[in-house]
Amino acid sequence: MSSDPAGRVPAAGSVTNVVTALVLVGLGAAAFAGSLALGVGSAARPGPGTWPMLVSGVLTGLGLVLLALARRTTDAERFHRSGLLVLGAVASMIVFVALIGTIGFEIPSAVLAFVWLRFLGGEGWRLSVVISLGTVAAFYLIFVGALSVPIPHLF
Amino acid sequence: MDSLSPVLAGFDVVLEPVNLLYCLIGVVIGMLIGVLPGLGPAATIAILLPLTFTLEPVTAIIMLAGIFYGAQYGGTITSVLLRLPGEASSVVTVFDGYALTRQGRAGTALGIAAIGSFVGGTVSIVVLSIVAPIVAGFALDFGPPEYTALALLGILLVATVGNGGRIKAVVAACLGLLLATVGRDGFVSAERFTFESLSLADGLDFVPLAMGLFGLAEILYALEERHRAVHAPAKVTNVWPSRADLRQAGGAIGRGSIIGFVLGVLPGGGAVLASLTAYAIEKRRSRTPERFGQGAVEGVAAPETANNAAATSSFIPLLTLGIPANATMAVIFGALLIQGVTPGPQLVTEHPELFWGVINSMYLGNVLLLIMSIPLVGVFVRILRVRPAILAPITVLITLVGAYTVNNSTFDIALVIAFGVLGYLMKKLGFDPGPLVLAFVLGSLLESSLRRSLLLFDGDPTGFFTRGISGTLLACFLAVALLPAARSVLGGRRRPATTPTIKEPV
Repeated sequence: MSSDPAGRVPAAGSVTNVVTALVLVGLGAAAFAGSLALGVGSAARPGPGTWPMLVSGVLTGLGLVLLALARRTTDAERFHRSGLLVLGAVASMIVFVALIGTIGFEIPSAVLAFVWLRFLGGEGWRLSVVISLGTVAAFYLIFVGALSVPIPHLF
Repeated sequence: MDSLSPVLAGFDVVLEPVNLLYCLIGVVIGMLIGVLPGLGPAATIAILLPLTFTLEPVTAIIMLAGIFYGAQYGGTITSVLLRLPGEASSVVTVFDGYALTRQGRAGTALGIAAIGSFVGGTVSIVVLSIVAPIVAGFALDFGPPEYTALALLGILLVATVGNGGRIKAVVAACLGLLLATVGRDGFVSAERFTFESLSLADGLDFVPLAMGLFGLAEILYALEERHRAVHAPAKVTNVWPSRADLRQAGGAIGRGSIIGFVLGVLPGGGAVLASLTAYAIEKRRSRTPERFGQGAVEGVAAPETANNAAATSSFIPLLTLGIPANATMAVIFGALLIQGVTPGPQLVTEHPELFWGVINSMYLGNVLLLIMSIPLVGVFVRILRVRPAILAPITVLITLVGAYTVNNSTFDIALVIAFGVLGYLMKKLGFDPGPLVLAFVLGSLLESSLRRSLLLFDGDPTGFFTRGISGTLLACFLAVALLPAARSVLGGRRRPATTPTIKEPV
């Protein structure tokens, strides 16, 4: 828990807060424009864009408030080097989803588990190989064998 | 009694061997995943949702109830043994629970927590069985304006009572409402924010959204936090609490049940508030308040009883009004919708068998939890000894493969990953994903009620205030929304707006 006395994650600088607020304002404005394009109708005859326009209006407004408060914001965490682990994890999952449709789930799953164990988790080579192969075998038995889920598979 | 016959008929269904088996499986895997550090009940249920889809509706609901109680208790195990509360409502359990663990009495703490949870849950279900049909009857008269006001108030309360900054929580809720508009418009067939994608034409699916924002996001966040690793827990012996312990905790369990039930009905932090209140009351009543924090049995019994009673009574707004009161209920709401059960005031009158099926499966889940938790604690402790680096890839694969099985589509896996990244960024930047998921679930109800009301009032928004119930609800909404803003404008110069926040997994 970050509230533990063991160590609080340092708060993010105001650049992070300003960027966050700007992204929200941009998103709100884009959604607002999109809602207007859908047609907002009138209060008596609301169109498809009425509701999204109201919501994105509030979102834009709150984004501006966050922008004004950016210097005083302390509840965002600083991104540090271990954030690269998350990038690696996301990359491995993107590879997984890109391959599963064509070559089945076995190889992508084994590769994903191996990458997480060996490179993200720092486990030993032998253990990583054994666990990733074991996991895939167990998944095969459960999903293909027992539950006959139509997941793409090689064998 | 006539009114009792559907209740009893429901038990026949629930007690069929197949259903008992699935409830048992639900409790065990709910605890299994819930015990993984960082995964609270909402995340656990989200990850396990795909398991229930292939089953018959009644069986699926029973399994869900099992998963729900198992996941709740899984969080208790980690707060007692590792000082890691699975959710905000277990935070107070940490004080005395972990103190007991350090004295080598972890078993006592876990046993008392299981018994307290069982009593609190049961009291709550019994009162719920009586109260829910009455509330539902009252809500039958609700029209679109009432639902608009109720949904708005529900979302706002969850956003303001939750942890983290309230502006950020409302921002998260707005994002959820916007995401809910993606897809075909229900009134006129206009495609909204689909970017010409066929996969988006039917709107975003709830399951990958919840799995990503709650499940995967937690895993990614934990991946980065791993450098602050937790130590393996000690051996747990003697799970049965002694008679002296039980006598000491009895009063706390009784009071905790009542406090939990009453506060649990409130939207937002019901269970959190209940566990805090129950702990505070026990400490004040005690003749030896100095024992609290040093391993007092009542200090575990009171909050654990109260949070389970509250978790159960938060089913009332869901089952009677169709409004989920917190993030976990939002996930349950999504799961029930997929099973063809639309929670709301009509449920008890039009589909009594489903309504009582849900409630009776809660009785069953609660009983099985008590039976399973005590003998299985040793097994779960052994799971906690496995390094997170080994558990993480397995959990990720369960999530990704599970997401595929919902619709047999790889697009859903991509959605889980996208929402996982969004959830991770939100957690890093101080946005609670809970309000987003809740607002997403309520989004279409809110929009269609608002549009129907506007048609009804011929475009005159003052119509909301001239109707008694919707006017009152909206007045509450405005009070909750504007009071803190007014207070911070008036008092903002005196003290900087830095309140310590407790971050915990959902």
